[in-house]
Amino acid sequence: MSRPSQLFTQYIHLVYVPVMSLVELHLALLSQGPAHGYDLKRAYDAWFPDAKPLPFGQVYATLGRLVRDGLAEVVETRSEGGPERTVYTVTDAGRQRVREWLAEPAPPAVSGTEDLVRKAVVALRTGDPERPASAFVADQRVAHLRRMRSLADHDPGADADDLGSRLARRYAALHLDADLRWLDEAATALESRPRHEPEGPR
Amino acid sequence: MNSRPHETTGPGAALTLRAVSHAYSRTPALREVSLTVRPGEVVAVTGPSGCGKSTLLHVAAGLLVPQAGSAELLGVDLAGLDETARAVLRRRDVGIVLQYGQLVPDMTLEDNVALPLLLEGGELAASRTAARDALVRVGLERAGQAVPEELSGGQAQRAAIARALITSPKVLLADEPVASLDAVAAQDALELMLSVARRDGGAVVLVTHDNLVAAMADREVRLRDGRVDRESVLR
Repeated sequence: MSRPSQLFTQYIHLVYVPVMSLVELHLALLSQGPAHGYDLKRAYDAWFPDAKPLPFGQVYATLGRLVRDGLAEVVETRSEGGPERTVYTVTDAGRQRVREWLAEPAPPAVSGTEDLVRKAVVALRTGDPERPASAFVADQRVAHLRRMRSLADHDPGADADDLGSRLARRYAALHLDADLRWLDEAATALESRPRHEPEGPR
Repeated sequence: MNSRPHETTGPGAALTLRAVSHAYSRTPALREVSLTVRPGEVVAVTGPSGCGKSTLLHVAAGLLVPQAGSAELLGVDLAGLDETARAVLRRRDVGIVLQYGQLVPDMTLEDNVALPLLLEGGELAASRTAARDALVRVGLERAGQAVPEELSGGQAQRAAIARALITSPKVLLADEPVASLDAVAAQDALELMLSVARRDGGAVVLVTHDNLVAAMADREVRLRDGRVDRESVLR
């Protein structure tokens, strides 16, 4: 069973980083100026403060693909006494790729909340008297509110006014709100249903 | 896992409701509701429409005397006070934001906001200066000379918040306080109201159906059919 925080991380990661967009996200980060992999990871984590941090391995694998496909190129290799670092820049083809990506609306997919729905449906259909669906819904409501609260409390320091991270947190909060509204509807429906439940498998 | 019962009484509570019941005609609105709110605490009262949220707030404010049970505000049993004494208690120590603002129609916004100070014998110029400062905090610095009918619903609501906060209340009771505000204004107004607890150590009760507001509370008290269905600590 996922803990709510894990569920949330999984949710937000799915929402922000479907595999297909990793290429474009790296290109967009590189379009801010030449950078090495570590710079890109830090910039990504700052842009999307509530998403799962980008693993280094993912960054270097993606950069390799970008160079292979002519979307980015190596401008220099620095070593400066420390580990060797390769600096990358975006090519015109890479910029064009980002423009095309942005020109297409993101699919309005309902994604990431499957666990929430699955658990509610399982709770409803199995009808465990020790653990009724209404208890699941009520507990989930509190988990969501707590997560919403922690988003609002997030990092009151330096980047609190940063528009990008504020919008990212707002996005997360509004999605949690959508889940909460669904949970409230579910609670009302559970309350008003006939008493001969639980529903069996169908 | 997420809930724990809260103590229903205790010394030093800002607000204590004990087994409060009330019905309109024959329709029960509150059934044996008990609730304690401590200084420095923010409590969200939530629940579906008609669950008794607003009635609870009116009882807490002494605007409604319940048919059964008791309400204590800042250690004073409200049933032991006459209407005037309750009004004085509210004016001095309690900020109230009701739905739709409830501003006095033929007074300017500035005077509406200054009203709690003026009623306490405050000097006119100083009270108006304080009102202007309060209007700045809710982003209405240019509307001080307007009368309520010239305001949008959101502006009236912000003015009501300014009025509720002008006395630095020990208890703030608010009923859907940001319901007519856009997202940015709602966040600003909410932070102002939360500062009553977080900065000044007062108690705040927010009646709301808005999850984004409820999530700012320390504790959620969820009503259903006039009863406390669940209490949950959120932080």
